Amino acid sequence: MKKSPSVLVIGGGSTGTGIARDLAMRGLDVTLVEKGNLTHGTTGRMHGLLHSGGRYAVSDQPSAKECIEENRVLRRIAGHCVEMTGGLFVQRPEDSDEYFEKKLEGCRECGIPAEVLSAEEAREIEPYLAKDIKRAIKVPDGAVDPFRLCVANAASAVEHGARIETHSEVTDVLVEDGEVVGVEVTHQTGTGPYVHGEPGEVEEIRADYVVNATGAWAGQIGDLAGVDVEVRPSKGVMTIMNTRQVDTVVNRCRPKGDADIIVPHETTCILGTTDEEVEDPEDYPEEGWEVDLMIETLSELVPMLAEARTIRSFWGVRPLYEPPGTGTEDPTDITREFFLLDHDDRDDLPGMTSIVGGKLTTYRMMAEQISDHVCEKLDVEAECRTADVPLPGSEDFTVLRDYMDDFGLRSPIGRRSAQRLGSRADEVLNSVDPNPVVCECEAVTRAEIQDSLDTAGTELNSVRIQTRASMGNCQGAICCHRMANELAPEYDEETIRASLDDLYQERWKGERHAMWGTQLSQTALKHMLHAATMNRDEDPAAADADIDFAAFDDGGASEGDASGVASGGAVADGGRERTDRADDDALGGADGDN
Amino acid sequence: MAITDDVLVIGGGIAACTAALSAAETGARVRLLAHKKSTLRQASGLVDVLGYAGGDGPLSDPYAGLDALPEGHPYHVVGEDGVRAGLRIFDEAVGDAYRGGHTDSNALVMTHGGAVKPTARYPESVAPGLASTSGDMLLVGFAGLTDFDAPVAADHLTAAGVPFSPRGVTVEFPKRFRADAKVTRFAKALDRDEDVDGGTVRSALADTVAEELDGESRVGFPAMLGDDHDEEVRAELSDRLGVPVFEVPTGPPSLLGLKLEDMLFDALDEAGVRISAGNPAVDFEAEDGRVETVVVDQKSRPTPYSADQVVLATGGLVGKGLDSDRESVTEPVFGCHVPHPEDRYDWSEPEAFGDHAFARFGVVPDDELRPTGEDGEPHFENLRAAGGVVGGADVAREKSASGVSLATGAVAGRLAGEEATR
Ligand SMILES: Cc1cc2nc3c(=O)[nH]c(=O)nc-3n(C[C@H](O)[C@H](O)[C@H](O)COP(=O)(O)OP(=O)(O)OC[C@H]3O[C@@H](n4cnc5c(N)ncnc54)[C@H](O)[C@@H]3O)c2cc1C
Ligand SMILES: Cc1cc2nc3c(=O)[nH]c(=O)nc-3n(C[C@H](O)[C@H](O)[C@H](O)COP(=O)(O)OP(=O)(O)OC[C@H]3O[C@@H](n4cnc5c(N)ncnc54)[C@H](O)[C@@H]3O)c2cc1C
Repeated sequence: MKKSPSVLVIGGGSTGTGIARDLAMRGLDVTLVEKGNLTHGTTGRMHGLLHSGGRYAVSDQPSAKECIEENRVLRRIAGHCVEMTGGLFVQRPEDSDEYFEKKLEGCRECGIPAEVLSAEEAREIEPYLAKDIKRAIKVPDGAVDPFRLCVANAASAVEHGARIETHSEVTDVLVEDGEVVGVEVTHQTGTGPYVHGEPGEVEEIRADYVVNATGAWAGQIGDLAGVDVEVRPSKGVMTIMNTRQVDTVVNRCRPKGDADIIVPHETTCILGTTDEEVEDPEDYPEEGWEVDLMIETLSELVPMLAEARTIRSFWGVRPLYEPPGTGTEDPTDITREFFLLDHDDRDDLPGMTSIVGGKLTTYRMMAEQISDHVCEKLDVEAECRTADVPLPGSEDFTVLRDYMDDFGLRSPIGRRSAQRLGSRADEVLNSVDPNPVVCECEAVTRAEIQDSLDTAGTELNSVRIQTRASMGNCQGAICCHRMANELAPEYDEETIRASLDDLYQERWKGERHAMWGTQLSQTALKHMLHAATMNRDEDPAAADADIDFAAFDDGGASEGDASGVASGGAVADGGRERTDRADDDALGGADGDN
Repeated sequence: MAITDDVLVIGGGIAACTAALSAAETGARVRLLAHKKSTLRQASGLVDVLGYAGGDGPLSDPYAGLDALPEGHPYHVVGEDGVRAGLRIFDEAVGDAYRGGHTDSNALVMTHGGAVKPTARYPESVAPGLASTSGDMLLVGFAGLTDFDAPVAADHLTAAGVPFSPRGVTVEFPKRFRADAKVTRFAKALDRDEDVDGGTVRSALADTVAEELDGESRVGFPAMLGDDHDEEVRAELSDRLGVPVFEVPTGPPSLLGLKLEDMLFDALDEAGVRISAGNPAVDFEAEDGRVETVVVDQKSRPTPYSADQVVLATGGLVGKGLDSDRESVTEPVFGCHVPHPEDRYDWSEPEAFGDHAFARFGVVPDDELRPTGEDGEPHFENLRAAGGVVGGADVAREKSASGVSLATGAVAGRLAGEEATR
């Protein structure tokens, strides 16, 4: 049998994993390399809006049309990654009528179902909308979980024979006789079945074709190959609130602007965003004013946000692309369309194509187009099937039922695990017994943590991303060490301690942007629990100096009073009178009201 | 007409209880005004006095570290005598239920993560498990409780170089509970000695552990060995296993912390302190530089409490004695001055266990523990502060949290009582 042509995909975001899936399903021999974890780039730091296209219906109609088309596809193939919340474009009294009409018309031109609601009707859907709003347009926006989506695509690729290498950074693009023939990869530290090389080890991976799907980093790969890829990374902030103040995506109906959208996501809501060009996609300022702006501006739409509690903020960089010579000043004016840059056509460098721009919502369409292109180059005739074949975990919609009875779990746990795991819920939740809750805020059980450890190795940050454990109100105060304990007995104590320290530090980084009000109280509680109670800051096991144990209290042994209780002679203490303590006392939060 | 007392203590935690007991010793008529349950329900139940200071530690002698503490630390205000006064009041309040009072030295106690830490007082049930005593140790964890992993904790002890060999095992609790059951449910089953297949919970647990025991001379469990009948539970297990049984302090929900809270409130009753619980102090009236009345929000009805002297023991950021927004940090009841960096990003450090400014937030006391304004003068002649609401100490990293509360509570309470009864 003839060997199938090989393709190397660089980048483990939604685009790269989508391409790997598509090409693997078409029978090609696919290798995907990613320098961090899957979703390490923009995909893990986005807003989670499944666009209806409404946001681009006035300014960028080609993008709007792509969005609505893919919005429908994703609902079909990735039900377990999507929550169809619906969306509203809300007009305030000071917002222009003319723009409102244009938005409505634009939606209709692009085939986006759109319905005008009166202020009362809108408030019936979202009771916390400001009293003085004028009216709204209802569109089919939704929420999408980028982590699940990306992992599901990677899983499908692996099922179709692809090789996925995380923690493998492309450090050179191999060019021979004027043609790209592969890449040089330097392996980083990481664990799990998708990490193969030793840290620091350099490997050459040759392939018949190379796809550069590194998003905001695409210019850097271009540099390695000696070609210009004009990405213009633009950062945006997102601020996570403690509860779901709205259940619908709420957009401000006015021309582009900062801080104009709220997306409900699982148990939280995420405010966004800003749009500021940056030099380096990995090193840019995360500024406090951006967070303040989110809360101030969006509370014009939902006033209760001004008093609400934020959990943390994070930033992402958009991989915007601008064809050479366009010279747009303001990044918000750069198109959201995506572009295939065939370096043979553009730069006389055959063997590699870059894909840049676009949205997460349109990842599959992007993957389809570039896969078509690659197949054409490699003379492969195969149909794209990604729009029709559901992603792993979503085949069986009946699994999204209440798992309370099946697992003896309380309904939110069962429901949320089922949502996260899709049709794998039965298999995963039954795999561990007993199956206690590890993360109370996000209702993540041991089974789910163990399941994610199969791919995460000792990397608890990857567990966090897959399961949402430690991402809730308490910011991991109560569960970080519990997550680490789940690494036993497979890993030794020292490794477990190091993984815990990493996770704790990583959470801290995100948390610092939300440290005021109740969240600061929560941080103070976390500091008390981990430093005062657990002594993790001064852990003698990690210290260089030996402790002179004999210098400390020996429990009174030297005075003849043997330590503690004597072994014999049961004491019938009769019991003290105390207030009854409910078993389900939620004692974790700093907020006494919980 | 306002309810009138000599001394009004605002707060319901370890600092407020200590201040109230201390004031009552002077013969004053004392009232404690507590809004909610305090942070004791989250705390380990250990009473740390000072474990690390000036880069040194773990300190075997807490008093030896006092001088090395940074300027503005509350221990400098109350001095060694204040620290000792706080511990005396504590020891008298809890009696035999706590150990450690026989010596000035700190004990090294393990907590549920497995790290050992220096502490001054520990519950009686914790005593046989001290890491600063010898005797090989078997730690027992439960498959259904994720907070404590016994084998990991045992290896952690070994890594710290303890003078004995620890070993950990994970067993099934004799009775199955819902997946999200808390330690309180386990404790209740042991309290009631509920029936299980082939016996009762206590005997079945002892049988399971006996099989694992391999010459160790003490056996530790996470702190869940009963609540109302804890002594009985522990004695029965010790008896059946033939070696002392101890508890390892845990995080929230902490039964040891809750039990300490009960004991402190029993001591308040005994000392004749009046207790008004359930409502917050929200406002005050002052005249001639003195607080005249404290206004309590009783189901939205403002109710005045008047007193000659007032002690503010409302806790820190966790207990809600301090509040903050995006611009500032405030003390919400009296509006006392709380110094803090202007830029919110300077409130914390990038390293998780760095020298965070927020950890030291609090009111600035004068030498009589009266909160002062920006000008360094006391806000009010008759208002003192104690516990977490007082700034200047990173009690978490110093391992001094309860000690600072005891010492400042003892001194503020005594001064208030003496003034009021003069
Ligand atoms: C603030 C913000 C909000 C957004 N909100 C939305 C939204 O609500 N809805 C929506 O549809 N879209 C949204 N987007 C856009 C969307 O997130 C991105 O378009 C999409 O995630 C891009 O995916 P990608 O795979 O192309 O890039 P990435 O996810 O960035 O993937 C590129 C990968 O390449 C890897 N890589 C880089 N260099 C190398 C190397 N040398 N070797 C190996 N690997 C390398 C990176 O680590 C990274 O994982 C948002 C973007 C931003 C910034
Ligand atoms: C997670 C955690 C772990 C800890 N671990 C340890 C440990 O291992 N060792 C140790 O020594 N210490 C530990 N501590 C510290 C200890 O429990 C206390 O927090 C500390 O000593 C401060 O006590 P406090 O009485 O000042 O405040 P808090 O315990 O915070 O109590 C404040 C009280 O004041 C009340 N209050 C607040 N505002 C008002 C108002 N307006 N009106 C009326 N009442 C009001 C509150 O309801 C509460 O009852 C820990 C604390 C936490 C949070």
